[in-house]
Amino acid sequence: MSVNPRLYPLLATIGIFIAAYIVCWLQFPYMLSTRVAGNLLTDNAYLGIVAVGMTLVILSGGIDLSVGSVIAFSGVFIAVVLRETGLHPLIVFAMLLSITTAFGAAMGGIIHGLAMPPFIVTLAGMFLARGASYMLTIDSVPISDPFYEALKDAYWLMPGKGRLTFIGILMLLSVAVGALIAHRTRFGASVFAIGGGEHTARLMGVRVGPVTVGIYAFSGFMAGLSGIVFSIYTGSGYPLATVGAELTAIAAVVIGGTLLTGGAGYMVGTLFGVLTMGLIQTYIVFDGSLSSWWAKIVIGVLLLLFILLQRGLLRVTALRA
Amino acid sequence: MKRALRRVLPQIVTLAILMALTSVFFPQFLAVDYQGGRLSGPVVDVLKRGAPVALLAVGMTLVIATRGIDLSVGTVMAITGAAGAWAIASGWGVGPALLLALATGLVCGLWNGCLVAIIGIQPIVATLILMTSGRGIAQLITEGRILTFNDPAFSWLGSGSLAAVPVPIFIWVLTAIAFAALMRRTALGLLVEAIGINRSASALAGINAKVLLIAVYMASGLCAALAGIIATADIRGADANNAGLWLELDAILAVVIGGNSLLGGRFSIAASVLGAMIIQTIDTGILLSGFPSEYNLVIKAGLVLTVLVVQSPNMARHWFLLRRRAQRLREPAPVEGSAPR
Repeated sequence: MSVNPRLYPLLATIGIFIAAYIVCWLQFPYMLSTRVAGNLLTDNAYLGIVAVGMTLVILSGGIDLSVGSVIAFSGVFIAVVLRETGLHPLIVFAMLLSITTAFGAAMGGIIHGLAMPPFIVTLAGMFLARGASYMLTIDSVPISDPFYEALKDAYWLMPGKGRLTFIGILMLLSVAVGALIAHRTRFGASVFAIGGGEHTARLMGVRVGPVTVGIYAFSGFMAGLSGIVFSIYTGSGYPLATVGAELTAIAAVVIGGTLLTGGAGYMVGTLFGVLTMGLIQTYIVFDGSLSSWWAKIVIGVLLLLFILLQRGLLRVTALRA
Repeated sequence: MKRALRRVLPQIVTLAILMALTSVFFPQFLAVDYQGGRLSGPVVDVLKRGAPVALLAVGMTLVIATRGIDLSVGTVMAITGAAGAWAIASGWGVGPALLLALATGLVCGLWNGCLVAIIGIQPIVATLILMTSGRGIAQLITEGRILTFNDPAFSWLGSGSLAAVPVPIFIWVLTAIAFAALMRRTALGLLVEAIGINRSASALAGINAKVLLIAVYMASGLCAALAGIIATADIRGADANNAGLWLELDAILAVVIGGNSLLGGRFSIAASVLGAMIIQTIDTGILLSGFPSEYNLVIKAGLVLTVLVVQSPNMARHWFLLRRRAQRLREPAPVEGSAPR
């Protein structure tokens, strides 16, 4: 029986996650409780959701640097609108998601229309979204809404008293929906085709323009959703929040086994990438004596390992072909 | 000479417009004072505060000319600053401390260059590794504290002045001139551009692309080290968390405003440095004009979009079509049937 070489990075990601969890468990037996697992999901919910959007973008061979700023904008927008008006949070959510989706679509349109690298277009988007949130407020605005409190306290008690929170469930759902879109729809197939080579995709009959717009609109939507989750998690909106989240999300996607050149990867891998990074943080908290900078170094080493693994795989498959 | 001037004309015009706009809101903007043996004034301040981004932009221009990108420069600033401050604090003296900082920058560049040129990783990803882990390394050196030192000779590099001009200005101007001369007075610049346009073709033409790529990333590391030294000397301490934070984005922005294509190829160091000054003029100008600094990022975003529209290969085609259509309207239409189709 032979395994598809494309699955190797995914298997490696899951393997490293399980191995890391076992190491943690041997040292701190309490790690294997549903409480820790539940918190792992809750604490990384916003990152997981935004990484789903980023995975699709990276699968298409692009990059979206604006998401961290969009998350901050979302929190500030929700907090300010809730404070100034008496609208129901659900209506505000709908407004926000349409704004961020339109924002993403506009960036996609510019990338395709001007034929410019996504890197610089989304960099401008990053400045714009961050600047827009500064213009709304420069203070941290607390959100005090009964509906919000209800969302924050909504959880399902797992056996072992672990709490699977609403936002944790939302993240798992996003990954599932993302996986469906990427691997089971015509749109997803077009994304993979563009990631494999834009020119080839065009010759195959993929409508590159609309698909590019769709990809960045999806990423904008996910960033908005992630902003909602982040505002539920922190209970406030702050324009300086989640600076650099886009790079953490990219790192999670790469650790999740998605090829950064585009065209190969799995949505589920991203979930494990996010969880692996969360696990490193949890381990440092459990240990207590390690300094937080070790997390950065370990994440860097993991990044390097996965990229080297991918290069090696590419070489192996090229030799076989 | 004339061609070189024409190349940087858009940047100079932009800079002049920005300075004029700032002067409208803050009339003393162009005033320069001579006090206590040194020049002071908003313009001098712009030149001095723009030093780190200008230095980073010099290295970044070369990297981008090879169709690469260096996301790690801000972090390298933190690492080299930490290394320099550590050396000073442990009593190495100024000379060895500077050498250590510069060598650290070169080693960081060597690491990036090897990942890109030898292993063949995409530049964004290769430099992302150092970007994420580098701050951890810098914090490892400073042990998480802000490493302060008291050494007049070292802090002179950041806040001193030479012949009434602040030292950082000397450092970035000289660095820019040195690199521009190295690139344009020799064939190096041409070779770098060749790699950016088509790496495999340039390798086939006999250019040692690997070595040159590594050298370019090392140059970027060296520039980042200089910027790190200035930043560290300025505050007399190494702040591993905040030194050079997000400056890589400003540096990339400076290069883009300088009209250099992110797709590699032709480059101009002078234009990039002017781009850095444009960014700094916006920063300082908004503060002086009394606008809330919140507008800063939005203006930057608008500027980038404008540059993108002007630079876009698609727009060039649109312009061409528009001009042709206008020409056709002016000229009498060709007689039907006689025009070869």
